[in-house]
Amino acid sequence: MAWFRKERKHSRSSRERLEIPADAWEKCAGCGHVGIRGQFDRNLQVCPECGHHRRISAGQYIEILTDPGSFTELYADLRSEDVLGFEGYADRIAIAQRKAGPQDAVITGFARMTEIEIDLAVMQFAFMGGSMGSVVGEKIARLARRSLEEHVPLVIVSTSGGARMQEGVLSLMQMAKTSVMIARLHEQGIPFISILTDPTTGGVSASFAMQGDVNIAEPGAVIGFAGPRVIKQTIGQDLPDGFQTAEFLLERGMVDIVVPRSELAATTARLLRMMLRREPQTVD
Amino acid sequence: MAFELEFEKPLLELERQISQMRRLAEERKLDVHDEIVPLEQKLGQLRVEIYGKLTPMQRVHVARHPRRPYTLDYIRNVFTDFVELRGDRLFRDDPAMVGGWARLHDRPVVVIGQQKGRDTKENLHRNFGMAHPEGYRKALRLMHMAERFHVPVITLIDTPGAYPGLGAEERGQAEAIARNLEEMAALKTIFVAAVIGEGGSGGALALGLADRVLMMENAIYSVISPEGCAAILWNDASLRERAADALRLTAYDLLDLGLIDEIVPEPPGGAHADPAAAQRNLGKALEQSIKHLESMKPEDLLHARWDKFLAMGKLAEA
Ligand SMILES: [Zn+2]
Repeated sequence: MAWFRKERKHSRSSRERLEIPADAWEKCAGCGHVGIRGQFDRNLQVCPECGHHRRISAGQYIEILTDPGSFTELYADLRSEDVLGFEGYADRIAIAQRKAGPQDAVITGFARMTEIEIDLAVMQFAFMGGSMGSVVGEKIARLARRSLEEHVPLVIVSTSGGARMQEGVLSLMQMAKTSVMIARLHEQGIPFISILTDPTTGGVSASFAMQGDVNIAEPGAVIGFAGPRVIKQTIGQDLPDGFQTAEFLLERGMVDIVVPRSELAATTARLLRMMLRREPQTVD
Repeated sequence: MAFELEFEKPLLELERQISQMRRLAEERKLDVHDEIVPLEQKLGQLRVEIYGKLTPMQRVHVARHPRRPYTLDYIRNVFTDFVELRGDRLFRDDPAMVGGWARLHDRPVVVIGQQKGRDTKENLHRNFGMAHPEGYRKALRLMHMAERFHVPVITLIDTPGAYPGLGAEERGQAEAIARNLEEMAALKTIFVAAVIGEGGSGGALALGLADRVLMMENAIYSVISPEGCAAILWNDASLRERAADALRLTAYDLLDLGLIDEIVPEPPGGAHADPAAAQRNLGKALEQSIKHLESMKPEDLLHARWDKFLAMGKLAEA
């Protein structure tokens, strides 16, 4: 394969290779840059060469966005149930729980973000593609209710392939359920900042992810209603380059701002401080 | 050749026999009353029998039946004084979504719904009832007008889904649906939705966050089409029967799950067998729903709408 030969051409001297084990090298899916894993780790999984943002876990976003040790998880004991008796769903849940943890496709809680109290929900793609079923809907709705009652701004980091079809139309209705709570936040002027990461499509993009007072997208994130494959099937041709990326949506006026991962916390906090009429954060 | 559903073949055969006999009788001036009455009785019985045990996939076929009454059929026959209003005042008029002012039994209302086409030409024009963002934005504009004039909003839902194409994505299909959901949750006027045919996923729900949600007996409401579901799960769209069973998409399923408020009965043989009866039934059900909602205090209305949707979902607490 071509990429393999190319990688070889770039390979280091045999002396270096002895020092760094082969599995410590990682390759950027964006530009092919090969670096030591630590280099990606230190850079929040963003390629130092081209800025390609790799997908990261909910736990990593919580680390990036909140003050150290300030996150308290809520509603962690809600579990998906195979209420419809949908073929294979119970097994899929069990596998996803082993892979991504028992909390389903979203982690919810409260935290501080540069000393501002926030309610924070972070979706995890590793749990059945971040699909929204009853648990995701309920956790988002409960968290938003907390925001409403405690007057705490809400931040949601989305990543999702859409509704969870194994819960049938129950999953569709989670779009309505979450929208009800966001509408109530808007009515009361409680700030809601939506952060859209790769990928955010289907029922999540067509509900709360697009309903932020501010919609922030990570660079390169695929965001849309229909997934690229469905569109391709419908129109019978390939999609133009960069279609449905964060930058494309920015140009078309569908997201407010594209912010690199390293600046997500600072930008979100700066906005929240103004929305909440707080003093700007003092720089040390 | 006219569209025929496989499981309806015995019905259609009987119907042909009856009409043939009638024609013959007329040509030859014969009295066939005694022959026709038992046939018609048999037809009635067979309809009840076949429609009494439809499988979920058979209901999907009925919901998609090309002779089923569509939104404009209901608007023309259930409502009076319809004045269609077009365009989203932003980009264009979307023919897949229709709406405007009308009267329901004298009461002024705003009625909105997706519109399918009867033939290929009309379907191309109506995009098979699959709206673009501008369709949803037109619908929202009309809902806000109803709110301004304190008249009820009635939506008639009939769509395979929101259109998944280049222009639709470019102009913000996700944003348009998300905005409708949010605005419907805050809409300060009486709001009744009825799924009359296909309730296809987010594109259907974008008209569906209502005080009361009705479903015609043979309508379906689903997160994904049975074909799409089968293709994703089992890599084989022909396994749609299995998917239709699993998805729980019939009106009876939705009522059981607490996701709709009422089933509107269809005549035996489905709405396409007797559109006038279907239209009468829907008219009655809409009228009753609105009367019921008018008896509530306006400030309670919105809270009841919120509570209804907030209660939706089934899960366990570990
Ligand atoms: Zn790169």
